[in-house]
Amino acid sequence: MLGNLVVQALSGLASAASLFLVSAGLTVIFGVTRIVNFAHGSFYMLGAYLGWTLATNLPRGHVPFWGGVVLAAVIVGLVGVVVELLLLRRIYKAPELFQLLATFGVVLVVQDAALWIWGPQDLLGPRAPGLRGAVYILDSRFPLYDLVLIGIGIAVFLLLWLLFQRTRFGILVRAATADREMVGALGVNQRLLFTGVFFLGSALAGLAGALQVPRESVNLQMDLAIIAEAFVVVVVGGLGSLPGAALAALLLGQMQAFGILVFPQITLVLVFLVMAAVLVVRPYGLLGRAPAGHAASLAPVEPPIAPLSPRGRLVAGVALVLALLAPLVLADYALVVMTEICLAILFAATLHFIMGPGGMASFGHAAYFGIGAYAAALLVKHLAAPMELSLLAAPFAAGIAGLAFGWFCVRLSGVYAAMLTMAFAQIAWSTAFQWVDFTGGDNGILGVWPPAWAVPKPVQAWGTLILCLGGAFLLRRAIFAPFGAALRAQRDSVLRAEAIGIDTMRIRWFAFAIAAAFAGLAGALFAFTKGSVFPTYMAIPRSIDGLMMVLLGGVQTVTGPILGAIAYTGLHEQLMRVTELWRAVLGAIIIALVLFFPRGLAGLGARS
Amino acid sequence: MTLLVVENLAKSFGGVHAVQGVSFSLAAGELLALIGPNGAGKSTCFNMLNGQLRPDKGRVVLNGQEITGKLPRQVWRMGVGRTFQITATFASLPVIENVQLALLSHQRRILRFTKPLHSEDPTQALALLERVGMADQAHRPCGVLAYGDLKRVELAIALANAPRLLLMDEPTAGMAPAERVALMALTARIARESGIGVLFTEHDMDVVFTHADRIMVLERGRLLAEGAPEAVRADPRVREVYLGHEGTH
Repeated sequence: MLGNLVVQALSGLASAASLFLVSAGLTVIFGVTRIVNFAHGSFYMLGAYLGWTLATNLPRGHVPFWGGVVLAAVIVGLVGVVVELLLLRRIYKAPELFQLLATFGVVLVVQDAALWIWGPQDLLGPRAPGLRGAVYILDSRFPLYDLVLIGIGIAVFLLLWLLFQRTRFGILVRAATADREMVGALGVNQRLLFTGVFFLGSALAGLAGALQVPRESVNLQMDLAIIAEAFVVVVVGGLGSLPGAALAALLLGQMQAFGILVFPQITLVLVFLVMAAVLVVRPYGLLGRAPAGHAASLAPVEPPIAPLSPRGRLVAGVALVLALLAPLVLADYALVVMTEICLAILFAATLHFIMGPGGMASFGHAAYFGIGAYAAALLVKHLAAPMELSLLAAPFAAGIAGLAFGWFCVRLSGVYAAMLTMAFAQIAWSTAFQWVDFTGGDNGILGVWPPAWAVPKPVQAWGTLILCLGGAFLLRRAIFAPFGAALRAQRDSVLRAEAIGIDTMRIRWFAFAIAAAFAGLAGALFAFTKGSVFPTYMAIPRSIDGLMMVLLGGVQTVTGPILGAIAYTGLHEQLMRVTELWRAVLGAIIIALVLFFPRGLAGLGARS
Repeated sequence: MTLLVVENLAKSFGGVHAVQGVSFSLAAGELLALIGPNGAGKSTCFNMLNGQLRPDKGRVVLNGQEITGKLPRQVWRMGVGRTFQITATFASLPVIENVQLALLSHQRRILRFTKPLHSEDPTQALALLERVGMADQAHRPCGVLAYGDLKRVELAIALANAPRLLLMDEPTAGMAPAERVALMALTARIARESGIGVLFTEHDMDVVFTHADRIMVLERGRLLAEGAPEAVRADPRVREVYLGHEGTH
């Protein structure tokens, strides 16, 4: 019994070690460059694939194996340098969400590069030479390799600690983490520092990936799986804090190890619940500090929003009439695309509602889309509810979830708030994924079909068109109404808003719930058009889809998200039809857009 | 008529006693200046009056009602308008909507979701802007205004709930000398017309001695002197600690 517990604790330490290696890189990069690097998970995955290639091709033996691991780390570090030089260096001054978008472009490119080079199948690497066996601890087996991994984790922590305490580079890194402007003002070569930090951080991710090869199969899902956990570790530990990352990795490793024994059904939920709890009690993480002075905002100065000009109204009116006539002439496939675009417009409009006027970032908006979809599907499946009732109930379910999650999220700001939204989305996702009896788990819920009258594609197209554009229109009205003005006002100045009697937290909270409710409507409609729901409806990529649409369209305008949704969905559909490597092309387009049109598509018109 | 009574207010940050036992009162229609060298505790004092800081000790009573420890938005509802040392306005909203929002908040009509704000009746907001001389710029966004104009917009916002007390933290900081006098003359006129009590801090001695009915001198968190401008000007302790200090520049 005791042996079991010890082994469980040790395996918790082993996962903590690898989690720490990834998170250390992420937190150091964030500390110095203030970039939330989504591509960090891709560097980890790249490390694993490179590690696999080297381990299978080099001769057997200690030196080639460990040499291969180090080489993989160095190559990934160099890839990180290339990304920094070509992309990130140009956007350090851009709003943080654009940086995030750009790094997600890198995620897409790396995903397809890996698919192209290594293929879609899971790859099993060789075990580490001499470490195949297990040791017996109090009569319980424990893999020898995991013991070595724990040792490596501790060694890397000590080395990093020495690096940061004893070298000029390390001291500059710490100084830049504390106050980047000050370090710049002191005449430090920031370019070299940033590139160096990127090499270090990426190499650590690559090292962690390569070290995973003997433990588990290498696959294309590793990037997003690890990045979600690494975000949790970094945020719980405090952004930019190395000891924080170590502490949080330990905490999370142990929680996963023992959580499996106690609550096997909700291990995933547990992780994100802990993060939510920590952030509510300590908004800057366990060992984090409030950022010094220069808090980054979504966009520096928002231009005022304006109602549509007469010409704009005319264009919108004509577009609406054409859209209403379209189902009469379009073929089924085109109608499906049109339906998807309508859903995307509503989804993007809800996300824009909290990001643009609200000034809050959300990395987890898909949660409410998914909760709406699941609410509708569960009503149909368990209570045999009619579609009409389900469509009515779904926004309520999503709105209530928005009230519950939003209550926490609106209390934080910036990256921390965004991370909390992601944590809640992961909680929703893991519930759908792990609670198999109720939600069907990974298999989802099938047979969520509309009644006979709503089956024909043109009817569906009209239905979604009216409900989605109607929803987007209501949100638009709210933005121009006193509530929306108050929402924009608190974004501009919380101080002034409170000084004229506005309860800014409540305004943000309501906005969050309203957006969630409408996103839930979009989700429910999506469920009925697809006939099924899956956990992926609330997974990270769908939240990112929403972000892409809003940011492509431009956060600053009310029309932006609509254009963004149309452009992004259209692009997505077209690319998927013409090329296998659509992710890479999409990623490249996103990167190009961020580099050349940082104000989004709606900014194109404003430029001229 | 006594409007504001402050009793024995104190606040420390760690070991620093920023404000120690400050007591004073303010009458309706009176302009009271709070002056003192940098770090004397003026802003701390101010922030305790409008609820941004919770005092360690002491009471703040407005019109017989205790407002100690209430939140800024609650203090505002009880009739206290506020302007800030560094202007705080809504940069992305037009000037008139800045004022309209304050009016709507006063009428508890913020939670409206359909009718556009720009179709609300602008009369009241325009009247307020007229009063501070900003009506001609009503439709420009606050983000593009000159600093002096922003100060006047802030004054209009602060007047929107028909306050009985105005708290103005360095109302003329960052303005050109001619503008300073104009803004304080405007404030003084409005205060006298409407019987509003005004408490302001200020570094510009011309502004202070021209417009204040009464002056309080704060030094190292304590009230050093208090009285009519002539008396304060003549007070040797003030000369030594404050004006003498000024004179060395």
